[in-house]
Amino acid sequence: MWLVTAAFTHRLGANPAEALIRGLGDWTIRGLVLTLAITPLRVQFHQPALLRFRRLLGVWTFVYATLHLLAYAWLDMGLDLLDIVGDIAKRPFILVGMLSFGLLLPLAATSFNAAVRRLGGKRWQTLHRVVYLIPFAACLHFWWMRAGKQNFADPFFYSALFALALGWRVWRRFKKRPG
Amino acid sequence: LAAERSNVLGAVSMEKPTAFSDASTYNNFYEFGLDKDEPAREAQRLRTRPWTVQVDGECLKPQTFGIEDLLKLAPMEERIYRLRCVEGWSMVIPWIGYSLSALLKKVEPTGKAKFVEFTTLADREQMPGLRSGVLDWPYREGLRLDEALHPLTLLSFGMYGELLPKQNGAPLRLVVPWKYGFKSAKSLVRIRLTERQPATSWNTSAPREYGFFSNVNPQVNHPRWSQASERRIGEDGLFSKRRPTLMFNGYAEQVGQLYTGLDLKRWF
Repeated sequence: MWLVTAAFTHRLGANPAEALIRGLGDWTIRGLVLTLAITPLRVQFHQPALLRFRRLLGVWTFVYATLHLLAYAWLDMGLDLLDIVGDIAKRPFILVGMLSFGLLLPLAATSFNAAVRRLGGKRWQTLHRVVYLIPFAACLHFWWMRAGKQNFADPFFYSALFALALGWRVWRRFKKRPG
Repeated sequence: LAAERSNVLGAVSMEKPTAFSDASTYNNFYEFGLDKDEPAREAQRLRTRPWTVQVDGECLKPQTFGIEDLLKLAPMEERIYRLRCVEGWSMVIPWIGYSLSALLKKVEPTGKAKFVEFTTLADREQMPGLRSGVLDWPYREGLRLDEALHPLTLLSFGMYGELLPKQNGAPLRLVVPWKYGFKSAKSLVRIRLTERQPATSWNTSAPREYGFFSNVNPQVNHPRWSQASERRIGEDGLFSKRRPTLMFNGYAEQVGQLYTGLDLKRWF
């Protein structure tokens, strides 16, 4: 919320639109990292109480992703649908960003208790495994965006965190298998 | 820094200049960091005196000029140029300086001189950004000799009535208003006349993305984004519309003839 107020009060510097779009993107990827970190932290440090934050963080990730997409569509593209479609075709990193958002959509749409009940726990859980794909799309989006400046410190940092969070899951699965 | 309004055709845009605070805090100067706000902080350690510029290569009178001599070499002019960055944003900046041709004439280019190579300072002690391997330092740029001699090609020492802020390329820089901003090399230490087209930093780093010419051209897109429009920094705040980019950044009338017969799609 600080970002949005800052944008309207001229505290985002010379290019507020760019700062806002990028700032919202940063918070989206942070949200995704935190959401995926819950399970490893919960199990590894025996903190079952953490579980109740997982859905909240997931929903916030979606909220930031939506604001990020809206800010891009509005401030960069002037809400011109043709321009947006053209931009998706032109810039693969935009396409990958859209894909990440597309993958988030069904998860956000089924994040209500009623949806869990209607789907049934098992199917709901299968659907929500889609979340493991999103870091790959999101990181590719971020790496590609930075490719011009070859300034990869931030994408590397988040990719490393995702690798930890997902790698931990793979490691657990192998460990559980009998000798 | 005292200066007269320039008489050079096209040199004084009537558009509203970008705020000094924006022009001096939103900078690409990778020697001082990759983020736009870093040069304004990190460049303050740059020592701009003493400063010399070596001018040599294919010329009869190669020499090294001290900054004090360069400041007196020709009358200072104020020119208000549009600046279009390859990233898709633009500013309007009142520069102070004189045509680069005034300096080049002093060294008397030979008939063999066809290009000009610009080399900028690369000092690890003063420039923290050199530790990153983004580009092959020192930063180098180049122009064809006729481009370098065009009256709009400016050797700039100041902006907004003052000496150049360090983050804007003090103590002297190139300003080529019809080309993408990165062609306008900052903090120059060497200007060399050459027979062959010089290697330039961005062209070497990503030849598919940044051509030697890099003229502003809304019809030739960057491989990863459109160049058809630009965001004017400081214009109407957050919801300002992007404006269409003009051929040669609006200087087609002055510089178009330099490129007659050249396929600008191929020689981007």
